[in-house]
Amino acid sequence: MGTDKPKADLLPGTLDMMVLKILTRGHLHGYAIAQLIQQLSDDLLRVEEGSLYPALQRLELNGWIEGEWGLSASNRRARFYTLTSDGRKHLNAEATRYRQVTGAVARIMGFT
Amino acid sequence: MRFGTSWKRFQRRLRYWLNHSEKNRLLREEMEFHIASMIDELVAQGMSEPDGRVAAHRRFGNMTQKSEEARSTWIAHWMSDLAQDLRHAFRGMRRDAGFTAFTILIAGLGIGASCTVFSVVNALLLRPLPFRDPGRLVWITNGDDWTATQTEHFSDLRELNRSFSDLAGWSGYYFPGDSELTGAGEPERLTSVPVTGNLFALLGVEPAIGRSFTAGECQGSYSAPPATLLSYSFWRRRLAADPKVVGRTLTLNGHPVTVVGVLPASFDFASVFAPGTPIDIFIPWPLADKTKPMGNTMKIIGRLKPGATLRGAQAEFTVLGKQLESQHPERNKIAPTLVPLEQHVSGPVSPALFVLACAVGVVMLIVCANLSNLQLARLGTRQKEMAMRTALGAGRSRLLRQMLTESVALSCCGAVLGLALAVAGTRELAHLHAFNLPLLESVRIDGSALLFTLLVAIASGVLFGLLPALRVTALSLREGMQDASRGSSGGKGHAWVRDGLVVSELAFACILLVGAGLLIRSFLRVLDVNLGFQPERATALRIDPSFRIPGFAQQNSFIDEVLRRTRSVPGTLAAGITDVLPLRGDRSWAVSAVGQVYGKSHPPPEPFIRVVSDGYFEAAGIPLRLGREFTERDRASSERVVVVNETLARTLWPGQNPVGQMITTDGGRQVVGVVADVRHAALETASGSEMYLPMRQTGDYAAMQLVVRTALPPVSLAAGIRTALRPIDPNLPVREFVAFQDLVDKAVSPRRFLVLFLAGFAAFALILASLGIYAVISYSVSQRVQEIGIRMALGASPTNVQSRILLRTLRLAALGLALGMAASRVLTSALESLLFGVTPGDPVTFIGIGALLIVVAALAGYFPARRASRIDPMVALRAS
Repeated sequence: MGTDKPKADLLPGTLDMMVLKILTRGHLHGYAIAQLIQQLSDDLLRVEEGSLYPALQRLELNGWIEGEWGLSASNRRARFYTLTSDGRKHLNAEATRYRQVTGAVARIMGFT
Repeated sequence: MRFGTSWKRFQRRLRYWLNHSEKNRLLREEMEFHIASMIDELVAQGMSEPDGRVAAHRRFGNMTQKSEEARSTWIAHWMSDLAQDLRHAFRGMRRDAGFTAFTILIAGLGIGASCTVFSVVNALLLRPLPFRDPGRLVWITNGDDWTATQTEHFSDLRELNRSFSDLAGWSGYYFPGDSELTGAGEPERLTSVPVTGNLFALLGVEPAIGRSFTAGECQGSYSAPPATLLSYSFWRRRLAADPKVVGRTLTLNGHPVTVVGVLPASFDFASVFAPGTPIDIFIPWPLADKTKPMGNTMKIIGRLKPGATLRGAQAEFTVLGKQLESQHPERNKIAPTLVPLEQHVSGPVSPALFVLACAVGVVMLIVCANLSNLQLARLGTRQKEMAMRTALGAGRSRLLRQMLTESVALSCCGAVLGLALAVAGTRELAHLHAFNLPLLESVRIDGSALLFTLLVAIASGVLFGLLPALRVTALSLREGMQDASRGSSGGKGHAWVRDGLVVSELAFACILLVGAGLLIRSFLRVLDVNLGFQPERATALRIDPSFRIPGFAQQNSFIDEVLRRTRSVPGTLAAGITDVLPLRGDRSWAVSAVGQVYGKSHPPPEPFIRVVSDGYFEAAGIPLRLGREFTERDRASSERVVVVNETLARTLWPGQNPVGQMITTDGGRQVVGVVADVRHAALETASGSEMYLPMRQTGDYAAMQLVVRTALPPVSLAAGIRTALRPIDPNLPVREFVAFQDLVDKAVSPRRFLVLFLAGFAAFALILASLGIYAVISYSVSQRVQEIGIRMALGASPTNVQSRILLRTLRLAALGLALGMAASRVLTSALESLLFGVTPGDPVTFIGIGALLIVVAALAGYFPARRASRIDPMVALRAS
């Protein structure tokens, strides 16, 4: 049905990669992840909530992140995610692959 | 992906899926936190709290949908869809219980039959023989598949060959009840097989208790073996599974033998090598002993060396055979023929099993066609439901899947019923002992049968669900929502599909019926064969005396006494003694007539030898053709005489009167009579030459079978004979009377097995096909009530309406019949090897089956036709 794929405005797999990258900063809840992606991309990328939560479920099922319930700054119950060592390995692999792909695309487009 | 990680992931998914309600709640909570944070931010930016809430919810979107999307990663879609479809399916089943029950019953019968046949095929053909590395075991015969080999040849072959790691053998001339067990408990006749000491090691069978024979034990005397190995069943039955049995002494034929071991339950010698004759004990066969039986007595089995091939071994043995023949002209001929043991055991039954497997496949096709048809008939009610689902957004593939899930769920329920039937069926088969088929005792439902059943259930579910599923989903939304079930033109294509199904059902049923018909006719022909003896009311009892008979005088007075006492029992019509019963045993000698010259090009005939007393011909019902029978006066001191059968008389003295002629064999004998040919090998094969020696003139026989012809049922005579014989030999074991009819039944049992199965399948197919016709015709009548009403209002008579419908039925039947007959004519030639006395194109069978199918089709069409003719035009038209 295609609902678990990231939105078309991102390259496939990039959302997962970015979530993993954000989590290298420490343990964060879903809202914070979305905020950070938005901020760090200077508001260019906006994560749809409809994609974020399936992505988090997927990453957790693959054993790349781990979720834990805790209290947020506003004292509400929230689920915080941390990167696992498997996740870190996966992130490195994905980042390498991504760099190769974008580099290749950039060369073809004559950006470099 | 490494296996470990994917396994871990699967476990996690499964855990998520199992706790899905809890996980779902937590996911919602997580999302609510997200919204709350968004509201906080909007409020911080200066929005009012309610506005912020609305805006946040708008931005976040449909939370239920989002959570479903998130959840979809827990487990593959198809799995939750499957659960949903199954829920629908079971709800539907409850709603339409009649349809469900019928479907499950039909599918269950079909699957049960398939599973049973598969188990039989699996046990007899697919599963390896119950020996170590059975693929390297080779059956070595002498010329044809059954002729045995001389022991001297065996010893030489064993020594000289390089292809086999070892050769072993056993006596092919053991018979049921050869040994007599006396001592503690009731005396009993046992079936014992003399084997070479290495047989069990060669087969890879370890005794469950104790050990196998030692070399020393194989050096003793043939008539008094020093040791014995017990079969598991005999150990359980007679010795109460005594764990300390090793070392115990049994009295066998008056000699003490020591039990050295018990063979494991898994080793069933009889079921592999001699189906229908359970073996009690094994005794060592001293090959060097001079008293052992002469002639071709040994069955040989070999284990190929690693790397050796059957072809190479055959080449070597052909050369060895020639070499041995030239070195030892005094011995019997030897022409070793090698076949894989598996082929020897299951080869003869494989054509029949192949036919059975095909037949059950055809039955399954008919079952599927029938159920498909039934489903199509229900489409009217399902159509609206499907249209509704389509309107609510279900895609075509989703609907297709739902329909298929339903049919597979139904067939799986059928499979449960089928499995129950198959378990009962195979258990019955394995314990019946009524069929002379190898390995039948090992038929059971095992893992592969379960897997097979599952596959059949799924395949048949998809097969019978596919057509209705495609149809229902192909119908457009508009068509479905309108009530299009009215009028005669409603779904022309629809009717065409159903007609096609019925025609194919009939064609398949026709094929099965023709096949079964041919085999039944063959079976009847076999039963009709002139046996040469009359099995009705003849019964046999093994009466070898337990004491030693030192000479002719004692032997003959024993015979006199037995016959005199037996004949005095009320109800006895005739009594005689023989050494071999019909359809058992095939000892043969070369016989030459005085005054004839024989050579390589004109070899002497080799008749089967029977040693009989006076009265035997009458008791067995073998008619005398010429001359006289044996009498009490044919004794050791009188002239040596012989009786021959018609074939031998014709062979030795063509065109002459055989009575009074002399033969040179056995010290020279004069022919005094000619009797009818007896079918001794099998009912299907013509009798060969036979020669009867008077028992009172020879000691060369291994058994005494008292044969009695009675006026009463044989069972009621048993007690009388037992009492009459007790004074002669109080130790006489009288456990078993063998009715001659049983001998015949045993001999035809493989054929009966096939016929029973096939006739059952054919009957089932016929019922299904007639139900199919009935369903289609009565459905078309109910669809066309209005049309028929109009026709009748316009002047069509009820007879007219009725005959129109009957004609339509018969057109369908004729088409199915034509297809089925054409296919049968082609397929039945494959049956040729199983037929007896009928040709594959037997016109009687074809015409008979054709007539049967037309009558059944006409009957199935008659009831709906009659209903149609009773339609009241006014009622029919007003109803619209």
